[in-house]
Amino acid sequence: MVGIVSYGGYIPKRRLNRMSVIQEMGWYIPALMMVANGERAMCNWDEDSITMAVASARDCMAGFGKSSIDGLFFATTTPPFSDRQNAGVVATALNLKEDILTADFTSSQKAGTTALVAGLESLKSGDKKQVLVAASDHRKTRSASFYELWFGDGSASLLLGSDNVIAEYKGSFSMSLDFVDHYRGSSNEFDYTWEERWIRDEGYAKIIPQAINGLLKKSGLSIKDIAKVVYPCFISREHKGIAKKIGASKEQVLDNMHEETGETGAAHPLVLLASALEQSKPGDKIIVASFGQGSDALLFEVTPNITKLAPRNGIKGSLAVRKEEPSYAKFLKFNELINAETGIRAEAATQTALTTLWRNRKMILGFVGGRCTQCGTVQFPKTNVCVNPKCNAFHTQEDYEFSDKEAKVMSFTGDYLAVAVEPPVIYGMVQFEGGGRTLLDFTDCDLESVQVGHTVKLTFRKKYYDKERGFTGYFWKATIK
Amino acid sequence: MSTGIKDKVAIIGMGCTKFGERWDAGAEDLMVEAFEEAIADAGIEKNQIQAAWLSDCFEEIHLGKSALPLSMTLRLPNIPATRVENFCASGTEAFRGAVYAVASGAYDIALALGVEKLKDIGYGGLPNSGSNSGSLNWLWMPNLTAPGAFAQLATAYAAKYKYSIDDLKRVLAHVSVKSHANGALNPKAHLRTPITEDQAISSPMVAHPLGLYDCCGVSDGAAAAIVTTPEIAKRLGKKDLVTVKALQLALSNGEEVQYNEWDSTYFVSTTKASAVAYKEAGIKDPRKELSMMELHDCFSITELITYEDMGISPRGKAPKDVLDGFYDLRGGGVPAQVDGGLKCFGHPIGASGLRMLYEMYLQLHGRADQRQLKDPKLGLTHNLGGFPFMNVVSIAIVGKEGV
Repeated sequence: MVGIVSYGGYIPKRRLNRMSVIQEMGWYIPALMMVANGERAMCNWDEDSITMAVASARDCMAGFGKSSIDGLFFATTTPPFSDRQNAGVVATALNLKEDILTADFTSSQKAGTTALVAGLESLKSGDKKQVLVAASDHRKTRSASFYELWFGDGSASLLLGSDNVIAEYKGSFSMSLDFVDHYRGSSNEFDYTWEERWIRDEGYAKIIPQAINGLLKKSGLSIKDIAKVVYPCFISREHKGIAKKIGASKEQVLDNMHEETGETGAAHPLVLLASALEQSKPGDKIIVASFGQGSDALLFEVTPNITKLAPRNGIKGSLAVRKEEPSYAKFLKFNELINAETGIRAEAATQTALTTLWRNRKMILGFVGGRCTQCGTVQFPKTNVCVNPKCNAFHTQEDYEFSDKEAKVMSFTGDYLAVAVEPPVIYGMVQFEGGGRTLLDFTDCDLESVQVGHTVKLTFRKKYYDKERGFTGYFWKATIK
Repeated sequence: MSTGIKDKVAIIGMGCTKFGERWDAGAEDLMVEAFEEAIADAGIEKNQIQAAWLSDCFEEIHLGKSALPLSMTLRLPNIPATRVENFCASGTEAFRGAVYAVASGAYDIALALGVEKLKDIGYGGLPNSGSNSGSLNWLWMPNLTAPGAFAQLATAYAAKYKYSIDDLKRVLAHVSVKSHANGALNPKAHLRTPITEDQAISSPMVAHPLGLYDCCGVSDGAAAAIVTTPEIAKRLGKKDLVTVKALQLALSNGEEVQYNEWDSTYFVSTTKASAVAYKEAGIKDPRKELSMMELHDCFSITELITYEDMGISPRGKAPKDVLDGFYDLRGGGVPAQVDGGLKCFGHPIGASGLRMLYEMYLQLHGRADQRQLKDPKLGLTHNLGGFPFMNVVSIAIVGKEGV
């Protein structure tokens, strides 16, 4: 039996109240009001598709080892790198084995489901034990566009395998159609979109039903046999219309999450699938379908193992970790949609020595430190000479992973002088449970919420962006637990 | 068996520029200004100097690498000259080079000159090095500034000794008020305006909980010292010699930032260096024996904690001494930052250590005008470069010969 072994979710903590867009830009496009209900998930300035994928993958892997993971597929239409495999960054951050298959699935909103099909099909041969599929998107939209309100940022991951399957893979059906509702040229920042009425009537209303009906026919099932059907469509009215077209009742279809997150791009079908798994019981059949130059539809049947899956954030838990962002200006600045002053201090050199990064990839991307095999002292970073003054042994340290360890704040500050997207820059020294300490940037917290002694956990984030060369540097930061 | 540096070297001449935003002067001009005063004070000819040390830190924004700028600017007669850099200890490092050179007998007379021209970068604070701060550091270290690095001492200190941040800020305000009062008496200081505690407390936040008046200024300046042996000094006709009593350096080895013991409320290096320096100088009770100090008050919290690391205030009790006025100019204790400190002089990195020695030298010779203390015998200077969690500490003790 091949299928889903585990799922994980990540929705950025910040949620932009859509009315803040109306407050600032309603005078310009009054019709925005029609879709201004609820909130959209927004990346912090130090988040992107890679960091969100790492977050949902870590949630997904909670309670599972890494040794069986033979592949990592990363799906996004907003990869930070066009040529440097983004999945490779995710795999290194997760400190997965190095003898695995990694791949980016991109260039279409259906990339998430395509990665899922590819992962499941690759397991069938028995060549691989487990494949991790992570999908995320952080699409940039023009200010005061409908898409700014329709879209949101988020991620979901699925661990696929053949043991302890919680949802058995029953098959898939794909349509490949060069239906260009929108496109993003390779040198363009924003989508170019055609008339929504056409997208709705000729695109969503026809292609998703075609894929779902094709899958049902192929599987010998009727829509009545399906407990949950999930598919994206940011036009909420049409989302309901599709249900009607495939003959599904209101109870069978999961809402498009417009009010909670907005549409999370290539990740959205997987976000909805993870959400459906959270609400399912053994025996439930689930269909997930995507939309983007065609559609992939996949059928799963939930097994009794789902009741044994250890608790995780998933989508529901991620949604609960929220902070309303009332400032539309902050959203614009985080997404570099306004050209705010940064000062000469920000002009410092930002080059990355790729040789240094390669030698230290486990330290930087994987937060791997050292443990002295002679005295047992855990330390970061891993060095040639043990830091314990009573030991100081040479060449005795083995790899020690810190990323899942909790730590306590020893000292901290909120720095108003340092170059910042969102001042103050909060950083401090943290002491890990089980030993080891280091200085870390803090993220997703206010200065008022940090105290000496507080518990923090680690999150993988953007450390810097080298504008001149287009390089994003990543490292780990602390968040208040 | 080493015997230390005590009384093996005398300072025969010193110079110090006016510190401040010296829009009128480049680093070369500042070097000349400090040197002219020092050589006139020493009463020797330039060609009597046999070796020289130059200190600066952010050389990339003014002089560039090597000691060539010193040799060329002063037109030194092709003598050995060496550039040293060890963060904020750089000035004391240059002094150390010159002192050890004459103590060894290799040379008769040596020059130490420290300079930094910081105000050519176009923005406030110290330069932001970005990825030039070390290719690995850049990949992971927080993008910290000096105030942010040192502010962490304050949050940890307050937590450990159970001070509220407000109470600690009141203590820190007194530290800065005292330095401003001293700086107001010093024509060479950058900032010469006395401030009140309320002003200090309500100043704009720079790095929580440190406000503007908890931070030293950023300025340009240079200072120089000419040293020789006491014997040669006497041969040159010098009287009432100021001699070097101790010269120590201690560097972090990574334990603070990587091992599990340090608690971010003291400086490991200062604690170690001060003990060795007192031993070298033959000082048993610094609280009683020291006449005055120039501590590395890059931030008010650094000065507060250094009182404890110096063994003058007990751990956790420096705030009481501060509020009692123990470190004030006329407080009857050990006056600190007699010249106004980094607080009022600003901190042109390479010059600061020598600037501190300049004040000790003036005081010991009774030439400190309105700031003059009554019959000082021993003065201590201290520099701390880097960060609380990894740093370079230098301590110099100078005094009257025979004390």
